[in-house]
This record gives sequence, C-alpha cells and structure tokens, in this order.
Amino acid sequence: MSFPWARHYEPKAPLMRYLDEKLPLPRLVYNAVGGGYPVPRNLNYMWNFGVLAGFCLVLQIVTGVILAMHYAANAGVAFDSIEHIMRDVNWGWLIRYAHANGAAFFFAVIYLHIFRGFFYGSYKAPREMVWLLGVVIFLLLMATGFMGYVLPWGQMSFWGAKVITGLFGAIPLVGEPIQIWLLGGFAPDNAALNRFFSLHYLLPFVIAGVVILHIWALHIPGSSNPTGVEVKSESDTVPFHPYYTAKDGFGLGVFLILYFLVVFFLPNSLGHPDNYIPANPLSTPALIVPEWYFWPFYAILRAFTTDFILPAKLWGVLAMFASILVWFFLPWLDKSPVRSGHYRPLFRKFFYILVVDVLVLGYCGGSHAEEPYLMISQLATAYYFLHFLVILPIVSMIERPEPLPFSITEAVLGEDKQAALGESGQPAVSGSAN
Amino acid sequence: MIRLIGIAVGLVFSFVALLAFVFGAYAAATDPAEPTAEHEFHLAPRPLHLASDGPFGKWDLQQLQRGYQVYKEVCSACHSLKHVAFRDLAQLGYTEAEVKAAAAEWTVPGIDPNTGETTTRPGTPTDYFPSPYPNDIAARAANNNASPPDLSLITKARHDGGRYVHALITGYRDPATFEVDGKALKMEFPDFETPTGLYFNPYFPNLNIAMPPPLTTDGQVTYADGTKATIEQMSTDVAAFLTWTAEPTLVKRRQTGWPVLGFLIFATGLAWFAKKNVWAAKPKQTETV
Ligand code: HEC
Ligand code: HEM
Repeated sequence: MSFPWARHYEPKAPLMRYLDEKLPLPRLVYNAVGGGYPVPRNLNYMWNFGVLAGFCLVLQIVTGVILAMHYAANAGVAFDSIEHIMRDVNWGWLIRYAHANGAAFFFAVIYLHIFRGFFYGSYKAPREMVWLLGVVIFLLLMATGFMGYVLPWGQMSFWGAKVITGLFGAIPLVGEPIQIWLLGGFAPDNAALNRFFSLHYLLPFVIAGVVILHIWALHIPGSSNPTGVEVKSESDTVPFHPYYTAKDGFGLGVFLILYFLVVFFLPNSLGHPDNYIPANPLSTPALIVPEWYFWPFYAILRAFTTDFILPAKLWGVLAMFASILVWFFLPWLDKSPVRSGHYRPLFRKFFYILVVDVLVLGYCGGSHAEEPYLMISQLATAYYFLHFLVILPIVSMIERPEPLPFSITEAVLGEDKQAALGESGQPAVSGSAN
Repeated sequence: MIRLIGIAVGLVFSFVALLAFVFGAYAAATDPAEPTAEHEFHLAPRPLHLASDGPFGKWDLQQLQRGYQVYKEVCSACHSLKHVAFRDLAQLGYTEAEVKAAAAEWTVPGIDPNTGETTTRPGTPTDYFPSPYPNDIAARAANNNASPPDLSLITKARHDGGRYVHALITGYRDPATFEVDGKALKMEFPDFETPTGLYFNPYFPNLNIAMPPPLTTDGQVTYADGTKATIEQMSTDVAAFLTWTAEPTLVKRRQTGWPVLGFLIFATGLAWFAKKNVWAAKPKQTETV
C-alpha cells in the first residue's frame, strides 16, 4: 500500500514491459526505493542509517563468503588459517580487516538507527511492527557478531565463548545440561567452533529475510519524520528517487570514508590484542571483555554482584536479556500521542540522560570488574531500567507536549495552504496517533 | 496493565542493582582493595620510534635485516616464528640466492626418503622457521615451566606492540634498588620477591618473567652492515623486525589506503553536489494544494 499520489511504474522500453508482465521485479524496486515511493520531504540525516545498515549487511555477506573460502573451522588450525588469509591469500588482509571492522561499523550504524527510533518515537503506532522486527534483527545481529568473534580461535574468542555460554549455566536445574548441549562438550572446543561457524554463516541470511519484512512493514505506513506528524498530502512528500537516493548516496560516501580510514590505517584499534594469541584453555587472560559493541550489556551482566532471593549471576543474566527485551515493549510503555522528541521537553531531557547512561555503561563494560567501575555500572544499570520501565510511562502520562506543526509542509515552508483553507487534517493513512 | 507490570519489573531490577551498589560501596569503604606491587610498580613501555610508524611509515629494510640477525642469533634459541617462511625474507631485500642460503643455515624437521624415519635437513625457502623445541613440554622444561611464546605475532598480541618488546628486553632491573617516582619497591612491599629462575622486569605485567635478559652486552651480534651493535640498537632492530613479522603487509596496506581514501573523498564530494542539485530542483513553494 502507498499514498494515493504515488507514481505508477510505466515501463517504456519493450524489454522492460515484457519483464513487467512476466516478472515485475523492476516494478517492485520502483515502488520500494524508486520514484514510486513517496517519502516525507523533511527527513534529516538520522534517516540515513537504515540504508547504511542494509549496505553493511551486504558488505558483511560479501566479505564473509570470501573469508569462508579460505577459513578452516577446526580448533587445531582455525587460528593458523586466519594467519594464512592475512599473509598468503591475495588481498586476504583486506578482506579480513574489512569484515572485522565491518562488524564494528554495522553495530555503530545500528545503534544510531535505534537511538534515532528512541528520540523520534519511531516505535509508535502505526510502526510497531517495524520496530518489533528491528529488535529481532538486533538480537540476530548480536548472535551473529558473537559467534563470528569466536571463529579466529584466539584467546578472547575462546574465553568470550566460555563466559557467554557459561551464562546458560546460571539457569536453575537445567542450566548445566543446556550449556553442555549448546557447546557439544564441557568447554568450548572443536564441536562448538564448528557449530558456531555453521550458524555464523546462516544467520546473516536470516537477518536478510527479516530485513525484508522490516522494510515491507515500513512501507505500509511509510517512513516517519523528524516532526512525527503523519503525511497528510502530496506536498508533504517527495519521491524516494531521486531525492533520497541522492541523500543516501552522499551519506554512504561519508560512511565509506570513515570505514576505510579504519580498515587501512587503524584496523586493529577496535579489537583486543589478546585475540592474536592462540586459544589456550589453561591460561586465563587478565581481562576478558567482548567487542566494544557489547560493552553496555556486559556491564549490566556484571553489575549484579549480590545474591537476593536468586543468585547474583542469575540476576545478571536476566537483567542482560531484559535490557534488550524491554525494547519490544516500548510502543506500549510510551503512550504519549506525540512521537517526536522535538515537541516533548521532559522526554527529551530523559532521552539525553539515557544516552549518557548507555555510554557510561559501555565504558564500565570495557573495564576491569573492580571498583569504582562496578559501583558506577550498578547505578547506571538501575537508571537504565528505571528509564524504560518507570520514567518513560510516567513522563508520557504527565508531560505537556509543545504545539505541533499542522503538517510537514508547514514545518518545512512555514505555512500550509491546506491548513489555511481549513481542510480537514485527516492523515493520508488511517491508524496514526497524531 | 502492561505499564503496571513494566513499572514493577523495572523497580525490581533497579532495586537489586542498587542493593548490589550498597553492598559494593560498603565493602569498598570498609575493606579497600590492597595495593599490589604489580599495580604500583608496573611501567608503561618507553617511547620508540620506528620507520614503519605513522600513516606514511615505510620499512627500513636495513634495520629489518639487522633485526632478523638479532632474532636468528639470540631469540631463536628459545622462540619460534612459525607463521613466517624463509621465502618471506625476500621482502627484506635479500636476493633469491641469499634467501636460499639463509634457509639452508637452519635445520628443519624432515623425513628420510629411504627409511621414512624422522630426521632433520637444511631448510629450503618454502619451509617455515622451525621451533627450537620438539614440543611445548620440552619448552617448559627448559624455561622454568614457562613456554617462550611464538614471536610471529607478538607485536600485535601485546598492547603497544614493538614499543613493548623493545622496553621488555631492555627493561631488566635490580628489584633491591628499583624505584618509581622516588618510591622504592623494597620499602613499599618488603615482601616482594623474585623467585629463583625468574627475573625482575617492571615492564612485564607481573614484574617477574621467566625469560633471562636476552641482550646483555654491546656487540653481542656483529652486524653485517657494520652498524654498532649496542643493546639499544639491537633491541630497536629486533622490535622493528617483529613488527614486520606480525604484519608483512602493513606498508602495502597503508599505501593502498591513500588512493582509496582519495577516490572516496572525490566521489563523496560529487555525491554532495549531486544531492544539492537534486534538492534544488525541489520547488521551495509547492503549487498543488
Ligand atoms: C633463554 C631463552 C630465551 C631467549 C634467548 C629469549 N627469550 Fe623471550 N622468552 C623466554 C621465555 C621463557 C619467555 C616466557 C616468559 C614468561 O612467560 O614468564 C619469553 C617471553 C618473551 C616475550 C613475551 C613476554 C610477554 O609479554 O608474555 C617476548 C616479547 C620475548 N620473550 C622476546 C624475546 C626477544 C625479542 C628475544 C631475543 C632478543 C628473546 N625473547 C630471547 C625465553 C627466551
Ligand atoms: C540489518 C539491520 C537493519 C537494516 C538493514 C535496517 C534497514 C532499515 C531501513 C532501510 C529503514 C528505512 C530507512 C530509515 O528510516 O532509516 C529502516 C527503518 C526502521 N528501522 Fe531498521 N534496519 C535494521 C535494523 C533495525 C533495528 C535493529 C531496529 C530497532 C531495534 C530498527 C528499527 C527501525 C525503525 C523503527 C524504522 C522506521 C523508522 C521511521 O520510519 O522513521 N531497524 N530500517
């Protein structure tokens, strides 16, 4: 479904007309990311990150498939096969650095994409399904990133796998059997490495499938925008192509500059040196930390140091999973009818506190589990849960939002003739909150 | 309803986290962590400048050849270099004949073609640097139960890479007189001891390392290029060599990076103008109502 004024695909060339009759793939593209998809005219650069995330996914799949041609998922030779890629495979170092840093940039992009959603209330009706699918993608992405990091079979790979699979051991009664079943043994070894490789290869394609659903669901109401006011008329929108293809193209260029700067000049700066030491079950590293993009959640995991009814470890595991699962409930926790943080003075303050809170958690998660980092992460963890589960619902009840523009057109041009004429402000798509 | 449940769940998690905070703060206040010698007297590596540093860095092939000589004549007694093959030495500026000759100076494990028994034979360019020990147990047995790590990747496997190696192998001190910022180790930690068979080295994380000082006298190696072999020179050269072994493609990587970045900046500039152009075509005032 789309807006009534969406342009129709009218192939002129005979070949395209023939194709349109037999397999209307060009029509699909035209309607999804071409001239046939009307998009709010006022999107800012925070709306670039969805397309960038899609680019990252393709990048990871392409570089990953090439790596898999040279990698050997066997605990005896995995580490050496990585060095073989780095030293002997033509341009192997480039492919490997591109994949490893590609994962980091993928997460950076996804975090910006998610926090865009937090600020602009993108999770609210009518886009709840888009949001839910997004959180599913994020969970799959975390699983993929974690298993990918195990593959080089360095010290951090091994001990990271041991710590994270050890979390399942915290589940009462069945924890230990589950952990052994997941690993195929008592500790990570060849069996675990093999299944992680199998899943690491599989999950990106599952993600690709969910991304298609995510975009499908998005195209029903269409994109939201910085005002959060729904599209009302044609003057609120521009066709995706050429307007946003041009804007996304520029955004992609900026992304690639930053990305290749790291790939070519600082390729190991985001990783941990210990992962250049082959896995050794007998030697525990001084500091076991995951990759930076897991640090906030790792801090939450380690913040629970006191037994209270349940063992501390179980609290940590529950809290870590809960810290992401709460995102699923966001559309129903934040009931403010106004979407955009631009018009929500109180919400906006708490949003910025949350950003700082997550950065603090990230910093603590990358540090040693000792004071003062533990105390700081305990406070930050408490705030994290208060923010989503207590503050957000209460703010959305008591807050007085600022006045909204009548329409996107008014927000952009300063006036909307439609409003002046007193025409009904019915949104073009039913079911919206504004 | 969902919000009431949410608020309850949120309060529970926050409460337990705050409870942990209270206990943690109490413990930290009443029972502060004991200072340790490893913490107070550990030193960060000294500065070291190598030709390969920085975004425009290049290999100093003369230095790498000297570093190779130090590795061969000193470190290889205990450390392997298993990710590096003799053929790779060609990248240090040796000719094909020199690589062949260099490989032949090493003895590698082989198999007798007649009897099938394991023997040894001179190395060929396709062989990898051999390990000085038949296995890890032998390595430990010879080194006070510490296994000398393979050095191929050592500068990538430690913070500060080459700088760390350089500081470590020249960093042995006498614990009896060792001071940092005017504080003497023996005064602060009278119980601190370096067990027999270990050597005090403040650059090593736990201050006592099983490696005996590898470079002890000036002139320990005689450089083929006539450079004076001071300890500082040898340690710098071997650090440079180990930077190369860890990533022989380092310089090529950066040299590839510059044109890629140049092209991207140009293309992104074009994309910027294209975007401006496209959006300029969007009438500021829309006609349709
Ligand atoms: C007599 C044997 C011996 C010689 C010769 C030797 N080493 Fe070592 N080296 C060791 C041992 C044993 C260890 C392990 C120390 C430990 O874990 O306590 C070690 C460890 C190291 C480490 C790792 C320290 C760490 O952070 O874990 C480096 C780097 C190193 N050696 C460099 C060198 C260099 C460079 C040379 C040549 C100049 C050299 N070694 C010569 C025995 C030796
Ligand atoms: C592989 C990962 C992902 C890809 C490829 C992807 C792709 C996209 C694209 C192309 C868009 C439209 C452009 C935009 O609005 O930015 C979009 C929108 C959206 N995405 Fe994602 N996404 C991914 C992950 C996520 C995640 C993890 C979440 C949240 C947890 C999420 C939430 C959303 C939301 C709410 C929108 C609609 C925003 C709006 O219309 O204003 N996405 N996504």
